[in-house]
Amino acid sequence: MLNKVWAAMIAVSVFCALATGRMQQLSEAVLAGAGNAVQLIFGMMGMMCAWTGLMKIADAGGLTAILSRLLAPVLRRLFPAYPPESPAAKAICMNITANLLGLGNAATPMGLAAMKEMAAQNRGSHVADNSMVMFVVLNTASLQLIPTFMGTLRAQYGSAAPFDILPAVWMVSAIALVAGLLAAKLLEGCSIG
Amino acid sequence: MDKLGIYVVPVAVLLMVAFGVVRRVPVFDTFVEGAKEGLQSCFSILPTLVGLIMAVTMLNASGALELLASFLAPVATFLGIPADVLPLALIKPVSGSGATALLTQIFAKDGPDSFAGRVASVMAGSTETTFYCIAVYYGAVQIKKTRHTIPAALIADLTAFFVAGLAVRLFFGT
Repeated sequence: MLNKVWAAMIAVSVFCALATGRMQQLSEAVLAGAGNAVQLIFGMMGMMCAWTGLMKIADAGGLTAILSRLLAPVLRRLFPAYPPESPAAKAICMNITANLLGLGNAATPMGLAAMKEMAAQNRGSHVADNSMVMFVVLNTASLQLIPTFMGTLRAQYGSAAPFDILPAVWMVSAIALVAGLLAAKLLEGCSIG
Repeated sequence: MDKLGIYVVPVAVLLMVAFGVVRRVPVFDTFVEGAKEGLQSCFSILPTLVGLIMAVTMLNASGALELLASFLAPVATFLGIPADVLPLALIKPVSGSGATALLTQIFAKDGPDSFAGRVASVMAGSTETTFYCIAVYYGAVQIKKTRHTIPAALIADLTAFFVAGLAVRLFFGT
């Protein structure tokens, strides 16, 4: 998918520059663009490391366990097929907690473990069941409480208060999440795809 | 709300470290361990970002992005979203690094604290790379029929894009 998109982006720019007579700017952009990416990453590295370090402290202190306990009542409603003590429910809990804390490296393995548990219940069928759909939709929504990458990126471009967008991000994330979960619930009866 | 923003970071840092100390975590050792992971993830996204930022910079220099933005301007006006931000809404569900590449363009052009910069930040910060996530999760357990996953996930994305402009107006004015 991205292979075609990327090739198309390059082709479109060359033809567009040809049509608008901006070859000079385009040729500068090829060299500058690649360099910009490296500058960006190096500029952000310190802050990224600081945040992942702090998150690790929270995780090691048992914040994950506390959040999991808080989440249990919500999850019981979303995944009625799995009692709180089942391995699937535990993996789902850990995945969501890791997502909330922005621990991407931990969230994906936990999510895949949850999918494997659910697939076992689903008897290896090739059709997703309602719990799987709910779980994947939950993971396509952004649950991260502190979007550290976004804050770092904003700081890198000279934002006066890089995290001042947080209340707006929380509001939008929550609304989008509710919309997604409602849609997943309401569409359960329909036979799409 | 502006005032609230400046407290978020120091307070979050203090809470996390204090929490670790109370729980008898070797805070500094753990911090270093986590920072190592951050460094690794920076290095692992670098090659992707080089490719995509190069392509987006080219698109921008060629005038193609302006063309697309002006083409989509009526839709953007209708949604109360700056025209510059619309390409971001299109690429975010498909590619996270592509979205980052576009964000850097918007931040460089309008500034991160402009209306467009804030709407873009909120949009990108409140959604995930939907298709990547669906592919990874279902791919891992050989699910071929995803039923209503994609419609439901896209409804969530659309909602976020629609509400992002409203939220920025609510918290910051225009």
